[in-house]
Amino acid sequence: MSDLDTFRAETRAWLEANCPPEMRQPVQSEDDICWGGRNWTFKNEAQKQWLDAMAGRGWTVPDWPKDYGGGGLSPEETKILRQEMGRINARNPLNSFGISMLGPAMLHFGTEEQKKHYLPPIARGEVRWCQGYSEPGSGSDLVSLQTYGKDEGDHWVVNGQKVWTSYADKADWIFCLVRTDKENKYQGISFLLFDMESDGVTTKPIKLISGNSPFCETFFDDVKVPKDQIVGKENRGWDVAKYLLGHEREMISGTGGGDRAGSLGAVLAETVGKDDAGKLDDPILRAQLAMFDVDALAFTAMSERFTDEMKAGKGHPAQPNMLKYAGTELNKRRHALIMEAGGSDALEWESERSNEGGRPRSWLRTKANSIEGGTSEIMLNVVAKRILELPGA
Amino acid sequence: MPLYLNDDQAMMQDSARPFMADEAPVAHLREFRDKNCKDGFSHDLWRKFGEMGFTGILVGEDDGGLGMGHVEAGVVMEEIGRNLTPSPFLGTAVAGVTALNEAGSALREKYLPGIVAGETVLGMAIDEGGKHRPERIAMQAERAGNGFKLSGRKQFVLQGGSADALIVAARTGGAAGETQGITLFAVDKDAANMRMESARLVDSAMAAHVDFDGVEVTADAVVGEVDEGWTVLRKVLAAARAGSASELIGVGTGAMDRTVTYLKERKQFGRLIGEFQALQHRAAHLYSEMEIARAAVLKAQQLLDEGSDDAELWVSIAKAKAGITSDLAVREGVQMHGGVGMTDEYDIGLFMKRDRALAEYMGDANYHANRVAELSGY
Repeated sequence: MSDLDTFRAETRAWLEANCPPEMRQPVQSEDDICWGGRNWTFKNEAQKQWLDAMAGRGWTVPDWPKDYGGGGLSPEETKILRQEMGRINARNPLNSFGISMLGPAMLHFGTEEQKKHYLPPIARGEVRWCQGYSEPGSGSDLVSLQTYGKDEGDHWVVNGQKVWTSYADKADWIFCLVRTDKENKYQGISFLLFDMESDGVTTKPIKLISGNSPFCETFFDDVKVPKDQIVGKENRGWDVAKYLLGHEREMISGTGGGDRAGSLGAVLAETVGKDDAGKLDDPILRAQLAMFDVDALAFTAMSERFTDEMKAGKGHPAQPNMLKYAGTELNKRRHALIMEAGGSDALEWESERSNEGGRPRSWLRTKANSIEGGTSEIMLNVVAKRILELPGA
Repeated sequence: MPLYLNDDQAMMQDSARPFMADEAPVAHLREFRDKNCKDGFSHDLWRKFGEMGFTGILVGEDDGGLGMGHVEAGVVMEEIGRNLTPSPFLGTAVAGVTALNEAGSALREKYLPGIVAGETVLGMAIDEGGKHRPERIAMQAERAGNGFKLSGRKQFVLQGGSADALIVAARTGGAAGETQGITLFAVDKDAANMRMESARLVDSAMAAHVDFDGVEVTADAVVGEVDEGWTVLRKVLAAARAGSASELIGVGTGAMDRTVTYLKERKQFGRLIGEFQALQHRAAHLYSEMEIARAAVLKAQQLLDEGSDDAELWVSIAKAKAGITSDLAVREGVQMHGGVGMTDEYDIGLFMKRDRALAEYMGDANYHANRVAELSGY
């Protein structure tokens, strides 16, 4: 057996022994997803046990170096771990913006001290992060942001407002884009880190069309941020932000988007019903689902190819923009089809039988996929400019 | 296995890309169309395919080939698509060779050396109606003495009129709709009672309608086992569908590249039309879909080469996705070229024609999307 075969066999055995049965069930509702953090309440003992087991091996972040709380796995081993987790439908032990967004940026731009200080608690699910990017007047045109950090010697004093801050009311720390030079648009932004319990930070949840409030308005009123709580150089935060946006777009295209293996039609056929020949008994919906499955499954190949190419240093650096565009548009289609297949059952908003409106709330939530983290239109602008090199874009 | 070309496959691409662009660019297609060539392709070019080793990609090393896989064949197919190169590569070196690889040594020795040399051409006689429905093959092959007597009609036999032999799928048992009872035969071009009528297609390729009026073949002509031809035919269909999916990727990419170039050259209202966001977004969407389709096709070919149980599903995903996307590329291409897109002088229209023919070849996107549903259990 090759080393990788051995690794696969050992991983399979370990997962069998350590992944609790409850953690092999599909995620049904928001609180099935473990986010960790200082104030996290585990839904059940299994959720905690699974997080501790995986974090103990560094497998919440399998490809990070061991020194920073990771598993130190090679790209091939990481792929095998994901495949073996998929084989038993193991849930992701920890969802975290620290893992998907801050971590990669920190690994790339952070100092050794910062990596050792900030990364292990992320890997163990002890500190939950949120992202302070958008502002009321700075959405697609993010670089126009106004939140200002005044230089006071050994610290900055930050004033301003962020919006669409995901789970700001539940997060422990924030990574935040702050203007530290009013004269330079691009080279006047710094990437700051600070505790959400700092004096002067307040959050206010925003109620969305789904009825849920995953996003907040976040206000900074004379917040003191020590000078060592910066990633990258002063006024060069836009470089960090751009790097991180690539990871965010990749993440949205995957976990929040169309990157799901398996046939949607096969699942929804059980909802709609089948005719005597075993075909979904609404021919037009069946045809739409077949076309969706073609697109969605083809997209999983694109995600796989992108991941493989990135690890090998191939591929165009602007590719995450096209993945984000395609993945989120697919996810919107997915949920629109789930609604169609559900008929009037999928209209129920408040009832136990509908899991308190799981389907319509998820459907409405997906409408944000092509807005958050860069709209579809911005993604197409970037592809046109950076990949196709069209003029004046 | 990572989902990109490995070093050997990248080398194949490095050899196929300049070869096709130099030896058989779109001007080559125009030349053979304009002289009304009855083959629709160049035998000289086919021999050069042999010299380059392309014709032997899927032929085993013991039979004098390279013993490579569908990924490598796809690499060549994509370059063919990009240049609209007319050639028997898909029908002969991909579909035909896949059939012969399942045949006994006598048939392999009879045809494979000629194919490897770029001399022999095969025609695939599968379809019996305007739409590709291989499950419903009805053509009869009755037992007669030591051999069989073939009766029925085939159509869309690409390069049939130029072929040295046809690979024919017929029924030795069972009824239309059943997979049991199909048998594949290799029928030489000069067989008695076989009539061929060739027609030029929209993309300038030649395809034959073939009438079999009691064509006698010996038992030696059977490819694989009698009544068990479906197992061979499945492999042939998978190979041809994957190969044509790669060609569609080439056609779509060729159309897209020409269109993006045109957007950077054409001026209206005092600006390059590529500055208009309405066109930029459509071009970027097309790029995105092409990349996804390309990944799906490579995935299907890797699974075919691994002998995976998922290969058939992925081949249908690939053919459907490549078909839909290449169609988008040629439609957007002609539209964004404006008036000149309608002229014969500009190449973009030729891409639209080739795309239309390839869309039908071995099942269109509707057929394959339906298969994805069936294979997924709904």
